[in-house]
Amino acid sequence: MSVIFTPFLFQSAMQAITPILLASLAGVLCGRVGVFNLALEGQMLVGAFAAIVGSYFTHSALGGVAAAMAGAVAFSLVLAYGATVFRGDPVVIGIGMNLLASGLTAYLLRGTFGVSGAFSDPGIVGLGRIAIPPLIGVPVLGWAFGRQSALTWVAWALTALVSVVLFKTPVGLRLRGVGEEPDAAETLGVDIARYRVVTVLVAGALTGLAGAQLSLGAVSVFAEDMSAGRGWIAVVAVMLGRNNPLYVAAACVLFGFADALSINLQSQGLPNQLTDISPYLATLAALVISHRRRTRAPRPPAEVAAASASPAPVATGGSTLDADRGSRFRAD
Amino acid sequence: MNGRARWTATSPRLRPPPVLLAILFSTLVGGALVLVSGHNPLRAYAEIVEGSLSLDSLPDTLNWATPLVGMTLVAAIPLRGGMLNLGGDGQLVIGGLIGALLPLVLPGPGALVSIAALAAAAFGAGLYATLAAWGEARHGVPMLISSLLLSYPAVGVTSYLARFPFRDGATGLPQTAMVPTEARLHALSGALSAGSLLIAAIAVAAVFVDRRTVAGYELRMRGKNPRFAGYGGVRLERQAIGTMFASGAIAGLVGAIVVLGSQFRFIDGALLTPAYTWSGLMAALLVRGEPAGAILAGLFFAALQTGGFAMQRETSVPRVLTLVLQAIVILFLAMRQGVGRRSP
Repeated sequence: MSVIFTPFLFQSAMQAITPILLASLAGVLCGRVGVFNLALEGQMLVGAFAAIVGSYFTHSALGGVAAAMAGAVAFSLVLAYGATVFRGDPVVIGIGMNLLASGLTAYLLRGTFGVSGAFSDPGIVGLGRIAIPPLIGVPVLGWAFGRQSALTWVAWALTALVSVVLFKTPVGLRLRGVGEEPDAAETLGVDIARYRVVTVLVAGALTGLAGAQLSLGAVSVFAEDMSAGRGWIAVVAVMLGRNNPLYVAAACVLFGFADALSINLQSQGLPNQLTDISPYLATLAALVISHRRRTRAPRPPAEVAAASASPAPVATGGSTLDADRGSRFRAD
Repeated sequence: MNGRARWTATSPRLRPPPVLLAILFSTLVGGALVLVSGHNPLRAYAEIVEGSLSLDSLPDTLNWATPLVGMTLVAAIPLRGGMLNLGGDGQLVIGGLIGALLPLVLPGPGALVSIAALAAAAFGAGLYATLAAWGEARHGVPMLISSLLLSYPAVGVTSYLARFPFRDGATGLPQTAMVPTEARLHALSGALSAGSLLIAAIAVAAVFVDRRTVAGYELRMRGKNPRFAGYGGVRLERQAIGTMFASGAIAGLVGAIVVLGSQFRFIDGALLTPAYTWSGLMAALLVRGEPAGAILAGLFFAALQTGGFAMQRETSVPRVLTLVLQAIVILFLAMRQGVGRRSP
């Protein structure tokens, strides 16, 4: 066991968690106002690309992060207006945005830097790691947080912040109202459309941070489709955590360790084609276990048929919407 | 909100078809993108048309359309019932690997071997696709997510198998050994191969099932209202599993057709780089899963992508532009359809 649970494992797990956690928080915010966000993957990718562009042209990591947030927010306008004012299906919009992000970043990569595949350059300033010497030696916590980029700290601070805002402030109450009881919120004078648009854009900024961590965090490079399914894992984390930032963070920790474990197994000689799939297997297993527990409550047989098409009607709050949205997509 | 819905619902005949508007819109946005990157958009578009629809390039377009239309059906069939199969990539590589390996071990006459390989590929990929439907029916795991997540292990494991246990010793590249000549699918004339005919037959069958059979009617009913379909006696779980099996089986078949018809071996990554799955999904979304429309949309995207190669060759505009164009069409349509939808 001591071969597996090394300081390096905790460090690489924490590093893997950061982008997924930031994207998941964005998903939580969107889910809370009733906008199912499937576009996390694409938003992260746009953020990752914008981060490289920003860092390359301003020669500062901060410029890269700012560009990532700006780029991802601009890209999020599609979801913010498409799924609210234009009332498009968020599932279709999410899929469309993911493909648009994949195509657009690949196109702009060739247009801006004249390369395809991947781009790295000494001119790109990465985020760098903040080493905290007294912390590094501390088992577990120190291993995890001793040497991380600033965005890791930001991600965990934001987890706390989003929790507090959602559950302890009037704004949070209105946000949740917009998602859970839009009619009641509207009666109370809350401008639903505005809340949704602004929230989706704020969430977009978080996905920008996630993207910046991807491209500027460990190594300063942008590769086509470098989000590589992390956005989808974030979508699952949001589902598993039922839109609660703390539960969602717990799910992200699980996936982060699965990811770090795969790197660990790889260094012990297993081919990476096999080890790479471990985060996805962990995700699938977590989904099955969590949904099984939720749907175990006995139901009259007539309803079982209906429930198979739209599972988890027993779930509470915002996650009902997510599960409904996730499983069924209106064909007309 | 209601005002907007009423406004668009008043004169449906005066509205231009949304698909055409979407294509026009994406052409304009894409043109602006080409212009910004310092190229001539008109020349780029002319090359796309020339490179896909001229007599010389039509065979290429049809060749590209074979897997793409196949993957369009893979997405369209579940979509017709309101379900999404995002795991096409995984099902595709499973079919491809089975199609590449079986002929290496099966004895017998070539034609029989290739038929057996195609059938096994379809069956294996179909079974894998039903995992997602089964997970939703039994455990309530949303198929949208599980089908996609199941894709990654399939891609990883097939990649491992092609790189290690079944690697072709002769070349040392990450690919399996060549399929014996007798077991390959023959080119009938020019671009028309037995594989293209098979996909065409499946396309016709899909339209027929959709329009003329009880199963097709029940699936459409589910797409409109699953609860109503359930009350009307449709066994929803069984239907979901059957639909996903059909969808996955076609994906597996497409994989085996590409392997036996043009690459003659399973090359790691070769089935995935053209992104047939995602283009097919977009084509199916374009018409919300209606099979005849989806086939047309698949052909349209195949022409667009084939033309993209010519455009990249002649004008150095990256052909990934065609992916951008497709995505914009889908986004535009999703929003327009939302505008016309009555509020619940």
